[in-house]
Amino acid sequence: MNLWLIPLVPFFAAVFPPLTIRSGRNVCAVVTGLATLLALALLLSHAPAVYRGEIVQARLDWLPQLGLSFSFFIDGLGLFFATMILGIGLLVIVYARYYLSRNDPMGRFYAYLLLFQGAMVGVVLSDNILLLLVFWELTSLTSFLLIGYWRHLPEARQGARMALVVTGGGGLLLIAGMLMLGNIAGSYDLSVILQRGDLIKASPLYLPMLLLILGGAFTKSAQFPFHFWLPHAMAAPTPVSAYLHSATMVKAGVFLLARLWPVLAGTDAWFLIVAPVGLVTMLVAAWIAIFKDDLKGLLAFSTVSHLGLMTMLLGFGTPMAAVAAVFHILNHATFKAALFMGAGIVDHETGTRDIRRLGGLMTLMPITATLVLIASASMAGIAPLNGFLSKEMMLEQALQTSYAGIPWLFPVLVGLATLFSVAYSVRLAVAVFFGPQRHDYPAHPHDPPAGMWLPVAVLVVLVVAIGLLPALIAGPIVARTAMAVIGGPLPSYYLALWHGVTPALLVSIAALIAGTALFLAYRRVEAFRLSLPRPDAKTLFDRVIRRLVAGAGWSIARSHTGSLQLYFVVILAAVLVPAAGGFWSASHGSGARATLPMSLQAVVAWFALVGASLVAALRHHDRVFALILTSVVGLVVSLAFLQFSAPDLALTQISVDVVTTVLLLLALNLLPKTTPKQSSLALRWRDAGIATVAGLGAAGLVYAVMTRGFETISTYHLEQSKPGGGGTNVVNVILVDFRGFDTFGEIIVLGIAALAIFALLDHPFGRAAARRLASIRFAEEARDAHPLMLVVATRALLPLALTVGVYIFLRGHNLPGGGFIAGLVVAMALIMQYMASGYVWANARARLDSQAMIGAGIVIAGLTGIGSFVFGRPFLTSSFDYFSLPLVGTFELATAMAFDLGVFLAVVGAVLLSLSQISRVQQRAERSPATDHPMDIVLDADTAVAKEV
Amino acid sequence: MELLVASATGVMTAVGIYLLLRARTFPVILGLTFLTYAVNLFLFAMGRLTINQPPVISALASAYTDPLPQALVLTAIVISFGMTALIVVLALRGFLESGSDEVDLAVSGEGDAARVRTDEDKARLPS
Repeated sequence: MNLWLIPLVPFFAAVFPPLTIRSGRNVCAVVTGLATLLALALLLSHAPAVYRGEIVQARLDWLPQLGLSFSFFIDGLGLFFATMILGIGLLVIVYARYYLSRNDPMGRFYAYLLLFQGAMVGVVLSDNILLLLVFWELTSLTSFLLIGYWRHLPEARQGARMALVVTGGGGLLLIAGMLMLGNIAGSYDLSVILQRGDLIKASPLYLPMLLLILGGAFTKSAQFPFHFWLPHAMAAPTPVSAYLHSATMVKAGVFLLARLWPVLAGTDAWFLIVAPVGLVTMLVAAWIAIFKDDLKGLLAFSTVSHLGLMTMLLGFGTPMAAVAAVFHILNHATFKAALFMGAGIVDHETGTRDIRRLGGLMTLMPITATLVLIASASMAGIAPLNGFLSKEMMLEQALQTSYAGIPWLFPVLVGLATLFSVAYSVRLAVAVFFGPQRHDYPAHPHDPPAGMWLPVAVLVVLVVAIGLLPALIAGPIVARTAMAVIGGPLPSYYLALWHGVTPALLVSIAALIAGTALFLAYRRVEAFRLSLPRPDAKTLFDRVIRRLVAGAGWSIARSHTGSLQLYFVVILAAVLVPAAGGFWSASHGSGARATLPMSLQAVVAWFALVGASLVAALRHHDRVFALILTSVVGLVVSLAFLQFSAPDLALTQISVDVVTTVLLLLALNLLPKTTPKQSSLALRWRDAGIATVAGLGAAGLVYAVMTRGFETISTYHLEQSKPGGGGTNVVNVILVDFRGFDTFGEIIVLGIAALAIFALLDHPFGRAAARRLASIRFAEEARDAHPLMLVVATRALLPLALTVGVYIFLRGHNLPGGGFIAGLVVAMALIMQYMASGYVWANARARLDSQAMIGAGIVIAGLTGIGSFVFGRPFLTSSFDYFSLPLVGTFELATAMAFDLGVFLAVVGAVLLSLSQISRVQQRAERSPATDHPMDIVLDADTAVAKEV
Repeated sequence: MELLVASATGVMTAVGIYLLLRARTFPVILGLTFLTYAVNLFLFAMGRLTINQPPVISALASAYTDPLPQALVLTAIVISFGMTALIVVLALRGFLESGSDEVDLAVSGEGDAARVRTDEDKARLPS
């Protein structure tokens, strides 16, 4: 049950560090640590079950149609990785408390760290591979934040970006690969997929799927040739490097290989691709590591090399190699995290990480030196430390491996890589801690506070303990984990320090001697290396990125010219060309459906519409004239709705037309009244051509559809309108009931549009705009701002119009009408007051705030919808009943009416807000005195005021 | 009757598109209005044309027209009003701020602010 909590606890806890940082850095660190501890405790509470051989599962469907479920499972492998992530996370949290300086925003650091931790735990515990992908992407994103934590440093930003591009790109490959995997296996649940190895390996899609998944794993685990991002990510603070690059993030790729080992490994393709990639990575990175002067750079390449080792072992595809890989993952995590933290201490105390400027720290920092020396001895593979054990196992496997018919290839190259790793470990130890003390350290080195070295000590104790008593301490863990990786019985092996004189031991000893010799001959080897060609990955990467950015910039500059006309032409062409293709490939006859006979009225209306349209197109330079013609067209359209059995549409269309015309007239008052002739004749003919083709297409399409029969889905609506929705006006019932959710969304959009208009016009005008507003000259006829006839008529009509509005609203459920139309009518009646009597006069008398009306409308509609939850019904299920009152008689009350009231209020508010805002701007332009009694016939101001009051 | 509706839809589409391609804000807004009429009529016609069969349930009616396109068109009409209002106000504010009601940034008009804005855009693009 609490399985979900394990990855979620760090996510939720990420809120706390930024909040608690005000109470001090200790509180912040403690809170973070407690969250991790809680997750760890939850995890370990499942450990007994896992070690009894059970698989703990928790499942919650998320999007079952897509196979996505929020499900987790813990088996040996998941437990092993999750423990490592949370355990080392805990040490890193303690360490970071002392590492970060006072100037670093610690709350942010811990928040990122927890997010990353949650994502990593999610990756290793996900049962569903789609969920795994989600967490996988989250690790890429959160590691980007962590690597770029010191955002003021350019290297940090560049390193973070490079890591994101490489691992994020790999993540895309992985998504494709995982989808293919789920498709082949027939399930997206890992626990199912893991049972279907034979099916998957036999699939013809196996190879492409394998390549895609490996692409994701190799980029994440920095395998050759994607190894270049990891060293640059070292610009992160050391706790981040210690965490991400030793124990967690880069191990995610290795984890994936181990997780999918039962279904992917064991084929020729797997061995031929994975093993050599691992080998090359191991060899190349170890070679580069020898010559790194930056402590963390050296460790970074050493990490890449060790990841190569693990990849290679998993690539061998034999159960024994898998055991060795698991054991090495454990060992590497302990000694490498210790080394990163040790390097951080050295950096912190001496002020530099440059090996050339260090040396002789043994006596100055004895504790740190001892710990780091032990850890680096383990890294070099020296007995009796844990690194030695797993290296021996690895050598034993490699010595038996023959690749592509060459038996000596793997043994020789692996031996060489071992030699290199001895060399860089020796260099790290000797160059930093031995030799004479120096006098030019940037700071005065001494051992740090215990909080900083204790985490290192914990890890070093593990390094030694596993080395001495492997079977006792690591044995059960390795066995249980390896069992999960292999998915079958374990091979017979035993973990012990002494196996007798084996070939592997001889190789080890030879490598130790040769590696030390290589270190002693460092200068000559370095000269040799400098003579080799060394392609710099960062330069190449930067060049590619620069090219891409330049290409994107070029294409944007080309396509986004800022010409709306050009955009429209492109859009229309994109519609017309495929439509023309469809047209030519089909038959062109009209259908067989019987048509309606033309009536004289219809022909007259048609002439009015077509005539008005064409004249509007030709004479659009005269804007007022064109607007009037447009409203003629709108009128004919609403008549057409009336004619063709759509009374609701006719009512809506005509009221919207009135409102729109008023709106455009108001705007036109402030805009230029004419459009200058600008386009050339050729351009106009081109546009006319496009328009004609589009018009013919639309006409032909409508005609073709209307002359053919069809199946309607509305039978249900017609049948259920009265019994289910309680209303006889089916259109209204569809709006407020069947498709009420659409309507709800729509009034929200309308409200947002009105608020956007308010924001656009409420914002104070700049100087230029105010000047333009002031310079608008109104025509002589418009001087009379508040004509007597208009003022009297609008005021007299207001109560009448409001009554009509209420009437239309009330009858809407059963007869044409409803919230939309009533809202428009009422808004129109109110807007007329603004037009006739002026903004100041009307606004002073407005009792209801239009913004509040929009809000109230949406809230009422929403609450009505939510109300159905109370009765255990889905959102917006309407219910109704009949009541009777004396005198009134029987009447119906429906919840749909409350919903319609919400629609009504939102429409009134939105229309009123938009138009009154324009009217307010107009008021400013008129520069008329803000009179409170706008009737220009007032003879005596006092009587007028008295009358008004 | 179908022919009349189809041809009217075509004419309104054509006029709407022609006006959309003009260079000033007001004709573009009128063009949008025309296109809205055309599209609404188009959607409505998908339910086929019927006379005297409104979708209001009554005992006397023998048949009903398809109510679903009507409901969809009704919301479309109201939404298009919201869209028109927003675009009108955008045009208005743009004109007051820049002194130009051209829709193209490419052809810099008489407006001072319009020209400044294009230059800024150019400066922002990577060279």
